[in-house]
This record gives sequence, structure tokens and C-alpha cells, in this order.
Amino acid sequence: MIDRIEFLWPEIALFVTTCVVMVLGLSRRIESRRMTALVTGLGLIIAGVLAARTTPIPGPRSGQVLLPELIPYAKVLIASVGSLLLLLQAGTVDRAEEAAIAAGQRPYDPLRTNRAEYYAFFLFSLTGLMLCASADDLIWLFLALELTSLPTYIMVAMSTGRARSREAGVKYFFLGALGAAVFLYGFALIYGGTGSTNLNAIHAHLAAHGLNLTALAGFILAFLGLCFKIAAVPMHFYAADVYQGAAPQVSAFLAFVPKAAGFISILLLTATIGWSYAADAQGPLYTPITQSAYDALEGAVSMGLPEPIRVFLWVIAALTMTVGNVLAILQKSVKRILAYSSIAHSGYMLVAVLAGPNNGTFSQSGLAAVLFYLLVYGVGNLGAFAVLACLEGRPDADGEPAEIEDVDDIRGLWKTRPLLAWVMTLSCLGLMGLPPLLGFFGKLPLFTSGLAAGEIVLVVILGLNSAVAAYYYLRLIKASLIDPPSDADLPATPTPFATRTLAGVLSAAGVVVLAFVGGGLMDRSERAARYTSMMAVAPPPPPRKTPYVPGDDTPFPLPIPIGAR
Amino acid sequence: MMLASLIIVPLAFALFIAVGPERSAARVSLVGMLATLGLSILAAFAFDWGFGGQFQFGMSVDWLPGLGLTLSLGVDSVALMLVLLTAVLGPVCVLASWTAITERVKTYYAWMMVLQAAMIGVFAARDLVFFYICFEFTLIPMFLLIALYGSTNRMRAATKFFLFTFTGSVVALAGLLYVAWHHAQTRGVWTFEIDALELAARTLPPHVQALILGALLLGFAVKVPLFPLHTWLPLAHTEAPTAGSVILAGVLLKLGTYAIYRFVLPFAPEAVIEYAYPLAVLCTIGIIYGGLVCWVQTDVKKLVAYSSVAHLGFCMLGMFALNHAGVTGSVLYMLNHGLSTGALFLLIGMMYERYHTRSMKEIGGLGARMPVWSTFLVFFVMASVGLPGLNGFVGEFLCLMGAFQASDAWGAGLWGTTPGDSTVGGTRGSLGPWVAAVAGTGMIIAAIYLLYMVGKVVFGTLREPPGHASHADHHAGDAHRAAGLPVDLTRREIGALAPIAALCVFLGVYPKPVLDAVQAPVERTVTTIAEARGKPKFRPPVELAPPAEHAAEGAHP
Repeated sequence: MIDRIEFLWPEIALFVTTCVVMVLGLSRRIESRRMTALVTGLGLIIAGVLAARTTPIPGPRSGQVLLPELIPYAKVLIASVGSLLLLLQAGTVDRAEEAAIAAGQRPYDPLRTNRAEYYAFFLFSLTGLMLCASADDLIWLFLALELTSLPTYIMVAMSTGRARSREAGVKYFFLGALGAAVFLYGFALIYGGTGSTNLNAIHAHLAAHGLNLTALAGFILAFLGLCFKIAAVPMHFYAADVYQGAAPQVSAFLAFVPKAAGFISILLLTATIGWSYAADAQGPLYTPITQSAYDALEGAVSMGLPEPIRVFLWVIAALTMTVGNVLAILQKSVKRILAYSSIAHSGYMLVAVLAGPNNGTFSQSGLAAVLFYLLVYGVGNLGAFAVLACLEGRPDADGEPAEIEDVDDIRGLWKTRPLLAWVMTLSCLGLMGLPPLLGFFGKLPLFTSGLAAGEIVLVVILGLNSAVAAYYYLRLIKASLIDPPSDADLPATPTPFATRTLAGVLSAAGVVVLAFVGGGLMDRSERAARYTSMMAVAPPPPPRKTPYVPGDDTPFPLPIPIGAR
Repeated sequence: MMLASLIIVPLAFALFIAVGPERSAARVSLVGMLATLGLSILAAFAFDWGFGGQFQFGMSVDWLPGLGLTLSLGVDSVALMLVLLTAVLGPVCVLASWTAITERVKTYYAWMMVLQAAMIGVFAARDLVFFYICFEFTLIPMFLLIALYGSTNRMRAATKFFLFTFTGSVVALAGLLYVAWHHAQTRGVWTFEIDALELAARTLPPHVQALILGALLLGFAVKVPLFPLHTWLPLAHTEAPTAGSVILAGVLLKLGTYAIYRFVLPFAPEAVIEYAYPLAVLCTIGIIYGGLVCWVQTDVKKLVAYSSVAHLGFCMLGMFALNHAGVTGSVLYMLNHGLSTGALFLLIGMMYERYHTRSMKEIGGLGARMPVWSTFLVFFVMASVGLPGLNGFVGEFLCLMGAFQASDAWGAGLWGTTPGDSTVGGTRGSLGPWVAAVAGTGMIIAAIYLLYMVGKVVFGTLREPPGHASHADHHAGDAHRAAGLPVDLTRREIGALAPIAALCVFLGVYPKPVLDAVQAPVERTVTTIAEARGKPKFRPPVELAPPAEHAAEGAHP
């Protein structure tokens, strides 16, 4: 166990920071209290650096070996998006209280402030997310998922002083508990079906004995429960209400952190199952193809997840994209639009999960596509929520500053806050997947990996959904960039927290800049998606060479038949 | 570097405009457009027209190697001529917007420059994804130009335009990526080089080619627009600002026809042969339907917009004739339509700036009031109708001739060729005999509605809208002066129109240089089709070679 420490330094760093933050936030001195966010950020940066320096050594005792290089990529991604999210959190809690203390209306009372708890929960959740990436055991995975989610329930409830937030928090908690129960039940069945909770051992068992019905049921239940984390149909019902009830900066957190935890877990579980089952295999026992059998067939066989799981994820992916996009069109509230759009994005990513590693190159590996898309989505979505976090209206009856609600509230931003109008426009165009922005390069591998796995119908559904999504993103762009300012008195006042604007600007800049210099990130995600399996895996392609030389008329062989898919 | 500079220069000017002051935006933009035009003329001189079928000025830089994505550029003579068309229309559009745009001027001209760069990028791209990026990126500037500077119904028009074209092109992307994947599967290399993919696509079995054809057409035919996907066009044209309409008619529609010429014909030749007949029927419906709709319009701009549907029908009909005459005519038609219809939109914009109406019910007999404007209008209408001696005639004639030659039943005997003969114009046709005959009547309809419009607007008794009408001449003149415009055209406006008119005459009287220039690339395309025609319907199954062997073949060609 002790050699596992090597991978856990980032989590340890975050945990230590959490302890410091909890104490610091309760300090009597205002200067110390103000340091809380700074220390949190420092902790994140240290964790990110430690994660980047992790060198994975695959071995029997060093964690899961299926996706051996996932850990550094995932943790650096978590630390960097987490830092951006942290910039957004400034001033979420204790604004009224701190103002009252500064005005001398009442003395400082540690019981009345929430700063320490808030930043501690923020860090706890990110620690849990990092632990998900380190998981090699179902129990570890379950605990990590819960550590990710439990703090978010409280963050939602305390994010504003309104009853709406508390309602959202309670709703989120109960449905989250339901989701957790479902995937815990699934994990139990997986244990029952394979005799182990260790992912490597489960994988070995499946490779040797095939996937039996108990384990199959377990995996399906586990995916169903994890659908809650990624807000996929049929576990998506909470998303719109919770995102709307929470403060926008917390919604931004919810749209990334639990989703990333869900996708990392789904990747680990699907990697455990393996994408090496023949497309025409029949139940009840699904036996994967071995590497020697695959080589003997010279690759002329189409492989994928076991058929029931494939169909299950296929239906969920198609439904999630479609439901998310169609419902987003019907919304009036900006936060609800973004909530449904985040549901749709989960559906897009599931397409790549279904596609699997193929031959492991960036353009064909679905795993690399998911890992890269998490970054693309995290950056793009954060910008849109940042715009909402940057705008506030007059305080309402509770003394809380009013929030941006309807699309009409962001009308005319180009005149009142041109910077935010551009952040909104670029984020929306990025999420839409319009070239040449980052979103396009995120979506392209989703398309190509899906095609490479032969999921042509699903890819067409994905394409049509991207087009549907354009409609509501255009509405947001239109409101912020084209419409004249509205007469209502709500929008317009900027928040006093400059870091929120900074977060928005950084993410908008990321959407543009990373599209041109993102090659390195693509290579990293390709490496992170390296998949080692005891089952058959498509061989990597020969090294790059000149693809076409004029006059080269070597005949093309006919394509390998797509098979039953 | 030549082509890269053609893309970078407009982008750089867009940046200048964005950071510069509002006042000088139009002037900086004009300089930028002229610089682009100058560069493209330089490129035209540097281009070796004797080898027009080969891609010249080639360059390739790795962009995102993980995705196999490069920045590859290169033009053959067809692409270069379309680049020239784009570059010529650029300064014209700036001149046309000189007084019309008064609000958010910087935004307008900056996006105009970005649009120019994206359009040139489409024609110059030799990498599929780079092509697609430019193709899609034309949407945002155009969306903003319509949504911000259009007339009353602009938001609806802009949204419809965006959604129609975006939906189509996402499906087209799936088709293009399928070809790339097929290449990767057979060659083991993930690339988007158009040449490589072209070869790979042709090895696809016919039923897959048919799917590719469907996907690509869904994307590109929306842009053309081919009946029945044309419904966004009249709306977008009517609501767009003048320069927007000019770019839309002049270049953006050509992106669709160019993409069909560049990708659909070479990527899915067998499927195109298979489906040429129904596609030609759609073109013919577009020609007749578009013409008849024009006939009943009272809004001049809408009339010209619908005439685009009819004209592009001719262009596509020539393309789907799949023979030398037809494809040549189609390429020529792209240039001619860009010039003459672009100019018609300019003229209507100038009229609208003076009268603030486009309804033929409110205006008439302007020949007396604006003789110079009227002269230009009659001239460009004649060019658009296809009067021999002006540019429209050559392309239209060749398109119809191609369609006639492609007629299966009596075309062969009538036009002195025998089926299967591979000499020029002798490719065995796949169109029904009546297609060309019916399409030919479209020319008559075109003459009717355009001359009808000229008759109402230019000749007859003078009718002006209430603000202008029923008052003495000097009164109307006052109104114009208030808007900063004289009764008839200014020197700036004549300066915008005259070069187009000169080109129209040149292309009409002496089209030989252009015809010669497009000879080689068209020949290449027609040969591809002819080869596909020669293939047996069902190829015998080829035995699968082990993957390692392809890799070796690819590595040491």
C-alpha cells in the first residue's frame, strides 16, 4: 500500500491545504481570512505540479494497469480547471456578513461565517475527483465518488441565501443518494459476478472467463448510477433545477466536477470490461476475443463492448444528446439552457466511450477523445457561467444581489459590458463546435472515433444534435452581441470581484488559443488514453509517413466490412 | 506563401480595424481589400496557366498533427479564378457600404475582412478539415452582417441562414470524415490531404458512395442552394445589407457549387452518375420554379434573390451533365453569376439608399431620374439574362449544351456523338432528353421576369414613394442631399460598378482565355467520371492483404 503514496501526493497536498483553509477561514483577523482563497489556489497549483511530476510505473502493486497513464493527465486537468473555477468563487459566501463586520455593525463571529467551510468543501470535492482518477478498486472508486459529491450538495445549499438554493441542495442530495445507491448496488453485483473488487483482477477474470449475467447486470446498474454524475438521461432530471437554484459559480462547478468524476469512473469501468467482444457474440456469457485469435483473423473482425452494454450506452448517448438539446431550446432561463446543454455534452462524450480505444491514435481513440473533450467542455462551459457570475442585479428582499435569469437579462451586453459579451460569444461558439475554435477540435475526434468504431448512425445523430444545439447557443449570442440593451433595471451592474471576469476572459482566451496551439494537449490526452488490456486490442498504426505521393497508384484494397454494426 | 498572404492580409487588416478608430474603419478596409486584390492579381500573373490543372503555390504546414491536420494550400485555375472573383468583389462591397453603414462601423468592416479571408481560404484549401473550417467560418461573419445591419426581419433571416447551412454542413462533415477514416483504414495513415482522400474515396463500394453523396450534397446543396433546400436564400438576401447580398450571391453561393465540383464529383463519381438524373430534375425544377416565383415578385431584391435560385439551377445542371461542355459551363457560370447578380444587388442597394423602398409598386420610370443608374441596371440585366456578347451567355449556353449532350435517348444521335465515345462532349449521358429542353425554357422565363422588372423600374411614367413623389424635381433632390447622396450615382458608386461591367463585357466578348484556363482541371474531373463510368457495376471482391503490407507500400511508393 505504501508504494501507492507516490500517486497520491497531489491528493495529500490538497487535503493538507483543506486543513489549513479550514483553520484560516475562521481566523479573527480579516487579513488571514482574505488569504483563504489564495491558499486554496496555492494548494491547487502545488497539487497540479505534483501530478505533472508523477511518472506512472505500471506494476501489480501500483494501481490500475488498464489506463496506466491516466493519472497525471486527469489530475493536471482537474487542478487547472479547478484553479479557473476557484477564480470564479470569489465572494460567493459571507458577502453580507463581511460587509457588516467591516462596517462595525457586529463583531466577528466564527459561527456566522461560511468561508472556511466553503473553500474546504471546494477542495474536498476536488480531492475526491483526483481520487477517482487514482482508483483501482470498486470500493475506492465508490468512496472517491462520494467524496466528490457530498461537498457539492452543501455548496449548492449555501451558495446563495435564497430558499431556492436550499431547495436545490436538498433535491440534489436526495437524487444523488439514489444515484449512489444504484451504482453501489451495481458494484456489489460486479463483485458477485467476478469475485473481486479490484479492477485489474476483474479485468483478468473477464478475460479468462467472460462476462456472466451477474456481472453484466452489475455493470449496467453501475453505468445507470453514474449517469447521475454525468447528468445523462434517465438520471438528468435534477440538473436544470439544481443549476438554476445554485449561484452561477457553483453551477459552473457542478457542470464540471461531478461530470469529470463520472466520466473518469465510466472510463475505468469500460476499460475493465474491455472493447474486445465480437459484434455478433451471443449471451448469456460474453467471452472476449483473445489477442492471438485477433491476430489470426488479421484484424478483420469488428469488436466493441459486449452487446447489451453497447446497446445500453448507445441508447443513453442518443437520448441524452437529443433530450438535452431539445429541452434546451425550450428554456428561457440562461442557467437552464446551459444545464441542458451540459446534459447534451455528456451524450456527445458517451459516443466516444462507446467507440473505445480502436488503434489508440488520437484521431481514432475514443478514450483520448473523451479526455480531451473534458478539457474542451470544461473551458468552454466555464466561460459561459462566468459571464453570469460577473453580472448581478439589485439586491432583492433577502439582501441577496439578484441574478441573471432570463436570456433577456443579458441583452445588450455588447454595449454595457463588451468584454463579457465577447466571453459569452466565444464560449457559446466553442461549445457549439464551430471551427476554428477549440470546441470543433474537441468534437472532431468524437466524430472520427465513432466512425472508426463503426457507429455511423450514432455519429449522424451526434452531427444533427450539434446542429440543433446551434439554435440555442445562437440565442445567447444574439442576446449578448446583437440585441440592444433592455430597459429593465436588472442587468448591468458588474460584480465587485475582478477575478470572476478574469476567469471568464481566461476561458474565452483558452477557447481561441488552444485551438491553434493545442497539439501538445492532444498528444498528452492520446498518451493518457493508452490502453493495456489482456484482451484483443487493435495494433497501433505504423509511424507517420508521407500519406500521398503523386504518381503513386498502388491500388487501394476494399475496406474491411463493417460487420453487423 | 502567395496564398497564405492572401488569407493573412485580410485578417491582419481586420485586426487593424478592430483596434483602430471608428472613423477610419471604412478607409482601412478599402485599403485592405485593394491590397488583397493586388496580391491576387500578382498571384494570377505568377500562376502558370499552361498547367492550370495542377495545384500551384502549394504549401503545407503541420497544424495539429495528432489529428492529421495540416494547413495545406494550393490552387488550380478554377480555384484561382474564384479567388480572383472574391478579391474583385471585396473592394466593391466596401464601396457599397460607404454611406449605408453608420452604426457599429468597426465591427462591420472587421467582420467583412474576416469573411474575405475565410472565403479565400475555402478556395485555396488543400486540406479537407482546413477547407471545412473556412467553409464553416464564413457563417459567423455573414450571420453578424445580416443580424446587425439587415432590414426589419433580419434576426429571423440570419438565424435561418445559419441553422440551414450549419445543419447541412455538419452532416457533410460526417461524410467527409467517413472518407478520411476509410483512407486511414486502408492506408494506415490518418490524413486530410484532399488528393489522397480523393483516391481513397473512389475505391468505396457504390452503395457507400451513394451515402457519401447524400451526406455531402446535404451540406453543399443547401449552400448552392438547390431546390428544395433554397428557402433560406430569398429571406437572407432580402434582409441582408447590400454588401452582404453581394457577397452572398457573388461568393458564398459559389462555395457550395465549388465544393460540389471539388468534392462531390471526384469523391463519389459512381454515385453521381447513378443519381445525376434525379439531381438534374431537381435543378430543372429549381430553374422553372425559381423563374416563376420571380415573375410574381413586387420586391425587386426578392426578385433578384429568387433569380439566383434559378441561375444556380443552370449552374448545377451543367455540373450534373458530367461532360466537358457542361462542367466548363458550370465553372464559367460561377464566375458570371458572381459578377452580374452581385452587380444587380449593388444597384438595388443604391436605389434603396435613395428611396428606402424596393417595391415595384412604389417606384417606376427611374430612367428619367437616374439615367446612369438605369443604364447600368439594363446592362447587368442583359448580362444576367444571357444576352450574347455579355458574360452570362457563354456559361448558360455551355451548361445547356452539356445537358443536351448528356441526353441519353436522342442527344447522342442529335449531337453527332456515339454512346461511350470518350472524346470531348461525347461521354455517354445519363440525363433524360427532356431535361435540357425544359431547362431551356428557363432562359425565356428569366428574360420575361428581368425585362418585366426593367420595364417597371426604369421605363414608363416616373413614380416615387410618397416622401419623394408628387413634388417638383428639386424637392426630391433636397431629400437626397439630406442623406448625403445626389439623385444619380456618385463617382464612388460608378467606381464600384464600372470594373464589374468591364469584366462582364470582356468575359462575354472574349471568353477564350478563361475557357482555355479551365480546360485542364475540367478535363481531369470529366476523366474521373468517365473512368467511373467504365467500371463494371459490381467489382469482383479483392482479397484482403495483411495490413503490414499496405504500410510497406505506403512507406516506399
